[in-house]
Amino acid sequence: MNQIYSRGPSLPLRLFLAVVLSAGLMFLDRFTDSSTQLRSYLTSAVSPLFYVASLPQALFSGASEQFMSQQAVLDENARLKETLLQQSGQLQLLRFLQQENEKLRALLGSSAVVSGERLVAEVLAVYSHPFSHQVVLNKGSKDGVTEFQPVIDDQGVVGQIVSVGPTSSRALLISDNTHALAVRAERTGVRALVEGLGQWDLLRVMHLPHSTDIREGDRLLSSGLDGRFPEGYPVAKVVRISQDASQPFMVVYAEPYAQLDRVRHVLLLSKPDAAVAAAAELP
Amino acid sequence: MRKPERLGFIYLSVFVALLLTVMPMPQMVKLARPDWALLVLMYWAMALPQRVSVLTAFFTGFIVDVLVGTVLGVNALAFAVVIFVVAQHHLKIRNFSVVQQSLLLGLLLALYQLLLFWLSHFLTGVYFRPQYLWPVLTGMLVWPWLFWLLRRYRRQLKIQ
Repeated sequence: MNQIYSRGPSLPLRLFLAVVLSAGLMFLDRFTDSSTQLRSYLTSAVSPLFYVASLPQALFSGASEQFMSQQAVLDENARLKETLLQQSGQLQLLRFLQQENEKLRALLGSSAVVSGERLVAEVLAVYSHPFSHQVVLNKGSKDGVTEFQPVIDDQGVVGQIVSVGPTSSRALLISDNTHALAVRAERTGVRALVEGLGQWDLLRVMHLPHSTDIREGDRLLSSGLDGRFPEGYPVAKVVRISQDASQPFMVVYAEPYAQLDRVRHVLLLSKPDAAVAAAAELP
Repeated sequence: MRKPERLGFIYLSVFVALLLTVMPMPQMVKLARPDWALLVLMYWAMALPQRVSVLTAFFTGFIVDVLVGTVLGVNALAFAVVIFVVAQHHLKIRNFSVVQQSLLLGLLLALYQLLLFWLSHFLTGVYFRPQYLWPVLTGMLVWPWLFWLLRRYRRQLKIQ
């Protein structure tokens, strides 16, 4: 009657086996380095599932684009052309400023700010668990993606690459619990660390003493001191400050500029040290 | 004479549940997404504990770990523990009415979320927010319909 015990190991024994196996897995994943490779194999093994799961959405947005009226397309085209014109105008000025800046830096004898190679990637999948904010990108080691490459979008810093497969890679977002990066306030130059909280729209600025000059609305830019992110990219805007003298530090919250929850296309920057090395090779 | 066991159909339903787990959704809906894979496994562990039990749950949990990007083994362990409880008491749970079942499963879903949070807290230091408990409520609401659907599925296809 009780078929469950009639074959194979008993239920508690199976549970014991599962607990031991998963404890081993957790240890392997968290405390050793071998898991990065394992993770990228596993990710590429399950990637068909991501493609299938995003099919309804892709079909839906594809259909809505199909049925978009011609007028709407023309309007959009006109708007895009206007933006392009404006931006290329600004770009001309930027080139001039960049040249001037380089000359001034050369006069001062300080190191040049190098802009390296860039790579456009599309987001394949967003990990949906609140405990892990990661995205899968459609570029991998075949396209020259390497670990710890910074990832930005048109608004600001998005995150960094943590594991690379042959044709896809995973990026850890700045809102993830395990992520932190070094920033500088644009107005005052105060340096700080910004860590993720596991919320898409909120980051925490850590270890600021109570006397620090920081206001709501201050822009936080990457400072480049962490050696991962290049200097000067916008990261977040300060949105809330609570001064509580019983706390050892000020509690400051910031909102990321990048639209982390609906990011579609991102730019991969080359690593700062790689760019510096490339610049050093130049005569 | 034994009829064919048709295990494939069980795995098909689990596969569909996994698809629902990773399907892209707007941010607000995403936080309240029920734990589809766990709910489907709970049904099978209750209806056919000799086919689906702890080790199936462990492997499904492992796939969920890979899919959603939590530390490997966290979901696997939580799935195995919850399904162990269901399989151990499957005869009792079967005799409950659907409403009683969904109340009881609510407790188990809360246990799952607790295990998940607890392990993630030790391994990666996440902070607790009450929003993490939305899946418990939605899971309880979804259960009667899922139960009806899967029972029809099982009877129509004569899975045993």
